[in-house]
This record gives sequence, structure tokens and C-alpha cells, in this order.
Amino acid sequence: MSDIKLPIYLDYSSTTPVDPRVATKMAECLTSDGIFGNPASRSHKFGWVAEEAVDIARSQIAELVNADPREIVFTSGATESNNLAIKGAANFYGKQGKHIITVKTEHKAVLDTCRQLEREGFEVTYLNPEPNGLVDLNKLIDAMRPDTILVSIMHVNNEIGVIQDIAAIGEICRERKILFHVDAAQSTGKVAIDLQSLKVDLMSFSAHKTYGPKGIGALYVSRKPRVRLEAQMHGGGHERGMRSGTMATHQIVGMGEAFHLAKLEMAAENERLMMLRNRLWNGIKDIEAVYINGDMEHRVAGNLNVSFAYVEGESLIMALKDMAVSSGSACTSASLEPSYVLRALGLSDELAHSSIRFTMGRFTTEAEIDYVIGVIRNAIDKLREMSPLWDMYKEGIDLNTVEWAHH
Amino acid sequence: MAYSQKVIDHYENPRNVGGFDKNDPSIATGMVGAPACGDVMKLQLKIDANGIIEDAKFKTYGCGSAIASSSLVTEWVKGKSIDEAVLIKNTDIAQELALPPVKIHCSILAEDAIKAAVADYKSKHQQ
Repeated sequence: MSDIKLPIYLDYSSTTPVDPRVATKMAECLTSDGIFGNPASRSHKFGWVAEEAVDIARSQIAELVNADPREIVFTSGATESNNLAIKGAANFYGKQGKHIITVKTEHKAVLDTCRQLEREGFEVTYLNPEPNGLVDLNKLIDAMRPDTILVSIMHVNNEIGVIQDIAAIGEICRERKILFHVDAAQSTGKVAIDLQSLKVDLMSFSAHKTYGPKGIGALYVSRKPRVRLEAQMHGGGHERGMRSGTMATHQIVGMGEAFHLAKLEMAAENERLMMLRNRLWNGIKDIEAVYINGDMEHRVAGNLNVSFAYVEGESLIMALKDMAVSSGSACTSASLEPSYVLRALGLSDELAHSSIRFTMGRFTTEAEIDYVIGVIRNAIDKLREMSPLWDMYKEGIDLNTVEWAHH
Repeated sequence: MAYSQKVIDHYENPRNVGGFDKNDPSIATGMVGAPACGDVMKLQLKIDANGIIEDAKFKTYGCGSAIASSSLVTEWVKGKSIDEAVLIKNTDIAQELALPPVKIHCSILAEDAIKAAVADYKSKHQQ
């Protein structure tokens, strides 16, 4: 145990540390002896070398997802990419139709963008996922209309880690000439992506979920077939007019290197993460009344989302103070609603309040997982000892039949 | 969210966790909150013939502040008469534990738990 440094980071889906190899490359693009020039400066060497560094990074990103580098537009992150894709496509193609389809378990960057478009006169269908978190393709087809212009469905869910069948969804959309946008912030480096074969028109990326820096992302904009967007950020006409603003060379280089490493190491990393995830689950699955949220088969290796019934999530997080995890409990957010993702799966409020998301990553060790298992088991024992709901469960009382004094 | 030292102390060393036989006539039971809201508090008081609270126990499903609020209340009510106990205000609890605004509902729940327990006792002894 002596080799464990506390607290233990198990929140890789929230963000990842920058890989030291990435940080080294980034540092070379900042100071006067490095590549600090403006990539848009065409009149001198400082600009030329910076442009070259950006081109290399663009290629590295394109290579991870098997796209053409000219299909990569840099943004400030996946939130901006989602905004640009959805608003940009809706504004450009709005004359052809006003209907958009998305899913209730999408990230807020997609849901709130759709809400905004509703205020601007678009109509949005928010599909319910199945209880395992996956979209039923027939329900998607049923929701499609002649005036549907865009479908936006994420690749990997940030809370439960489930992987949507974007290949099949892409086929369905392409047959009907509906644009398909995929938020892939959580999938790069975790799931193989081949944009030559996938029928995806727009795909959002983030660097900081894949061991790159925060503040940089990209949007894939298909060239064949050509997808047009209305710019959301106007200015110097950078990124073929789709996103103006001086290129942040160090950020872009960092993202490129991070995606390059992801391509090289993804297979081995997934195998290791799967081993760690199974180790964690095997260490806690015999605890009574513990449930996994989300499909276990179509799921990224590093994610385990578990509800510990009769224990409230925030108090559990307090007991797990030597580790960084997140909870679907209302108490961790300013709103008093529990996770909308877990609620959309049909979980009761009580089980949603009792959920913990563990996300493992590149620097997670076996020793850390073993330590975490011990802490969780003790915490569950202690909190259930204190829980009136646990007593009622043990007495065989169905909590759904109790009339609670709501306040 | 950062917790005050007092919340952490009550959470890590909760006072008076447990329960009494709710059918015992000297025991008052108050259960408030709902699982859907993320808080359920069960407070039990052992009351002597003179209406003085001899002992108190709690069990709480909820966040650290909810656990701390109920733990604190079990300490405060001991030795008080039931009429004094119902005068404990949520603001006193919130102040003692330095609860942030989003956690005020935890202190309200603790105040409600005392009132619910006392009401239970009174209804038991009316008949």
C-alpha cells in the first residue's frame, strides 16, 4: 500500500491529466526560442514553422479517426464543436426543414444547444434511450420526418460509458439524406473510429478527455459528401471560414500529440483498463443491492457506474474522500435533481441518488483499485448501518409503498 | 463542496446512531423526508414520565450535512423537555454546523424530525 499516492484519481471521464509527452511538445510552442509564431503569418519563418506544426497536428488528429486533415476544424473544445455543428447545420439547412432529433442522455452542450434552436423556431425530438442506455434504432426511425434535417447522437456517454451504434445510425440517416452529428468527446482513444466507413457528417472532439490540454477541440466536417455550416464565430476567416480566431499553436500541437499517442496505445490501454474495471467490479459485486448502470457489453473499458442502494451518493463520496469520483446524486450539483442521464434510463430517483461513477485511465494502477475496493466496502457498511432505508429493506418493506412526508 | 469541520466531525463520528423499539410507549418516532429527494431522517426519542427526553437515536439516509444535522439534534434534545425540544430552530442547526445555503434544507429536515417525533409521542399518549 505504501506506493499509493492519495487521493486516487478515478474521474478520467471528467478530465484527464496531460500526458507528460504531450506537455513537452506543448512547451516547445510558447517562448521566443520555440514555435511561438502566428500560424496565419505568411510573410516570415515564425509563421511558417507554426503553420507546419499545426498541419502536423491536424494530420495526427485526422489519422486517429481516419479522416482527411482538411476535414478537421479546430475549436475551443467539444462544447464549441457541438454548438458549431448543430447551430451551424441548422442555420445552413434550416430552409429544408426545421426538425432535429437527439437523445435525452446527451451532454448538456448538445441538449442546451437544441433548446436554443427550439427558441429560434426549430422543433426537437428528444428520444428516450432503452434502460441499458442504448438507442433503439426503430424508435429513431419512427421519429424521423420528411422535415428532419439533423440527428445528433453521442458516441460514448459521459456518465455510463455506453457506446451507441453510430455505424448503423449513420446508415439510417444517410439513406434518408439526414445529416448525422456525433459528439465523440468521450470516445477518442477508447473506441476505434473510421470516418471513411462511418456515415457520419459531423463529429465533435475534445483534447482534454484524451490526455491533451483543456481549451482545445475539433469538429470533423465531412467533405464527401460535402457538409456546409454557417459560422458561429466571425473574424479573420480561419479554418476555411468556419471558425475564426488565431490558432492556439501550443494547444493544437498538444491535441495532435495526444491523439497520436491514443492511436499508438489504444489497444493495449483498453486491455489494461478492462482488467482494472473487472477487478473493481469483482471486488464489489458481492455487496448486497448493488447495481450497474448502463449496458456492460457496449461500454468503454474504463467506466463503471454503480448504484449502491440505500446509501446516498454524496455521503458516499464523503466517505470515499481519498478518491476522486463523481456521483449522480442531486447534492453534487446546484440543482436538486439527480442525474438526468440515469433518470432517462428509468432509474428511480433513489437509485440515481445512490450512484457513483468510477472512470479509470492511463495512470490508474492495480494497487489503487485494490485500495479503493477496501474503502468502498467499509463505507457501504458504515452508511447502511446509519440508513433507515436499509433497515426498512431488511425488514422486507417495499419503499415504493411507503407514503413519504415530502417537504 | 467544502464541508465545515463540524459537519465532517459529525459525519465521521456520528453521535447516537441507532434506534429504539417504536412500539414502546416511552419512545417517540419521527421519520421525515423521502428517498426521491435524497434525504430520509428517522429520529427516535426516549421520553420519561415527566416529558423529559432521556435519550435520542437517529438513522439518516442523506448527504453529509443531513447526517450531521440529525447527529447534532440528538445531542441537543437530550435532557430537554419535549416542549423545549420543539423550539429548536433550523437556523440554530444551520449556524452551528455552518451549512451553506444549498444545505439549509438538511437543517429544516432535522427540525421537522423533532416535531414529527414529538407529534408521534403526543398522539400515542392521547388515547
